[in-house]
Amino acid sequence: MKYIRDPKRIREVLGKKVQFILGDMACVYGGLLAGCSFFGGYPITPASEVAEGMARSLPRVGGTYIQMEDEIGSIAAVIGAAWGGAKSMTATSGPGFSLMMENYGFAVMTETPCVIVNVQRTGPSTGQPTLGAQGDMMQVRWGTHGDLETFAFAPSTVQECLDFTIEAFNLSEKYRNPACVMTDGEVGHLRERIVVPDEKDLKIIDRINATIDKEKFIPFSESQTRKSKVPDFPTFGTGYRTYVTGLTHNEKGFPATDKQPDHERLVKRITSKITDDADKLVMIEQLNVDDADTVFVTYGATARPAESAMEIARKKGKKVGLFRLKLVWPFPEKEIIKLAKNVDKIIVPEMNLGQIVHPVREFSEGYCEVVSAPKIGGEMHFPDELYKYLEDK
Amino acid sequence: MVEIKTAEELNKKYLREGMWPTIFCNGCGHGVVLEFTFWALEELGWDMDKVIFASGIGCSSRLPGYINADGLHTTHGRAIAFATGIKAANPDFNIIVFTGDGDCAGIGGNHFIHAARRNIDMTVIMINNFIYGMTGGQLAPTAPLGSIATTAPYGNIEHPFDICELAKALGANYVARWPVSHPYQPIKSVKEGLEKKGFSLLEFLAPCPTAYGRRNKLGDIKKHWAWYDNNTILIEDYDRIMKYGKEEEKNEIKDKMRIGVFQNIQKSGFFEQYEKLVERLAVKEPKTKGGKK
Repeated sequence: MKYIRDPKRIREVLGKKVQFILGDMACVYGGLLAGCSFFGGYPITPASEVAEGMARSLPRVGGTYIQMEDEIGSIAAVIGAAWGGAKSMTATSGPGFSLMMENYGFAVMTETPCVIVNVQRTGPSTGQPTLGAQGDMMQVRWGTHGDLETFAFAPSTVQECLDFTIEAFNLSEKYRNPACVMTDGEVGHLRERIVVPDEKDLKIIDRINATIDKEKFIPFSESQTRKSKVPDFPTFGTGYRTYVTGLTHNEKGFPATDKQPDHERLVKRITSKITDDADKLVMIEQLNVDDADTVFVTYGATARPAESAMEIARKKGKKVGLFRLKLVWPFPEKEIIKLAKNVDKIIVPEMNLGQIVHPVREFSEGYCEVVSAPKIGGEMHFPDELYKYLEDK
Repeated sequence: MVEIKTAEELNKKYLREGMWPTIFCNGCGHGVVLEFTFWALEELGWDMDKVIFASGIGCSSRLPGYINADGLHTTHGRAIAFATGIKAANPDFNIIVFTGDGDCAGIGGNHFIHAARRNIDMTVIMINNFIYGMTGGQLAPTAPLGSIATTAPYGNIEHPFDICELAKALGANYVARWPVSHPYQPIKSVKEGLEKKGFSLLEFLAPCPTAYGRRNKLGDIKKHWAWYDNNTILIEDYDRIMKYGKEEEKNEIKDKMRIGVFQNIQKSGFFEQYEKLVERLAVKEPKTKGGKK
């Protein structure tokens, strides 16, 4: 049975426009609205509710849910489904994300659009399964071997879980690269009010399917139909008879593994198709930054106590701001440089021992002081804990 | 449709010539299996735009590259899981997975088990050459006891994996094993496996003269083929001797590899069941609490 996105049907399945739901469920809603028609998953706390929601909803909208045998199989099936023409996604947490890393690289190398929701928990290893963390923020960027670019969203609210899952699909489809929604156990298991966007307000981007003459089609080069480094997508079964391999390949898709220029040409194209658009790929929120001398640079769940700490400080007359990364990767280098030039100090609270503080420091070097404000153990920062970083000045 | 009579005509139709030459060594059995598959496809007369190939890593996994069709050359051991997704996105596709003994029975064992259990509609063609050939001859999980490999320099001490017995136990709809030295039955089996709804496994015993044969004194391809003749037995013969034979006859065949069709049944497949589920849900509208705003 072939899936056709039916907005009316999707809304029937989602129910009321305003709801009070879990962050994990909001990822399901986002996926369904984006037109996701395949979910391959494997149970893992605190991400299981995403699979459960998909198991309930997908058959009702004409999509397919399969509980795979492990997370390696989940991401594999998700990538396969994408080549079969589906918009596809999976959801997991740290241990499962680790298992997915090899095939994540395969998706990058084969330019396969797909979405991974990572409801982060603590590590290393099994860690604290039921508690939240932000421990995979570097893994999502560098966890698979080789050179690549990555999309990583960090929702701070349940509404953003929904919105960013749609956005993840959009970027993934546009750039033909996997995209991750890096939520965490805190936001994933948080219950909050959401508003399901109306169909007319949705912006849905679909991959550009190959349309040109089959004899002339070149599957792995710049687009032949528009000005873009992203090639048009030859969905399996449409007659293009494409060979897709994780080996270094030439423009025709054939293995070309022993010559330096072939590899350089391929990998530079699949990375620069994203880095060329760095200026367009900025999603940040800035609060009280204009007059601030100290700014929290933060993302995800941690932005919430940081905002409270900022409010406490403002009431006491301190000039404190908040700079929130909605899309953490690609990293908004220029915006961080601009910020660092205008403030004395940047504080980076994270639920890890310091990960995103590193690129912040890299791009603030020589402009301002950068302080890491880590907290681990599955507990969020309390606002007063973060406020202490402001007092120390 | 033009009737194809010769291997040359067959190759012209099915091979992707731009990929020549192949990576295969002299005496390798992979080309024979590919030829069997082409003949079976030709007999079926399927639209090759709707036949999708998937593979993992290893020599056998390079086969889809040489076929003029859509092909997904994936990561080591995972082809069946990728193929599950391809089929889910478009159940009209006919899916063929080429895999090897290391790729399928070694690193990919779990995906194999669960695809067979779910009875996913696909045909898995596992080419068993008893060795990790591409990486230079390391021990495979299917290698007979005593086999020499670079990582079993004093002889294999592990019992080999019988993937056909496993598939049978899991309820796969079609399970067969043939050595490439048999010319006709394999083509019939591939055709039966492809036609069958649900999960089909075809295991082929195929020589690797370079990495296995050379070390195990089977380097001469004739010796290798003779090994198959001397060490395999038809399932029917095996069962008959085990039931009615004398003790010495039983002893003589007890360690031989059985060949033939292990299972040919008609259990409902995953996507058949899934479609029924979708139909069931479509009749019974989901309850929405309080209606829409």
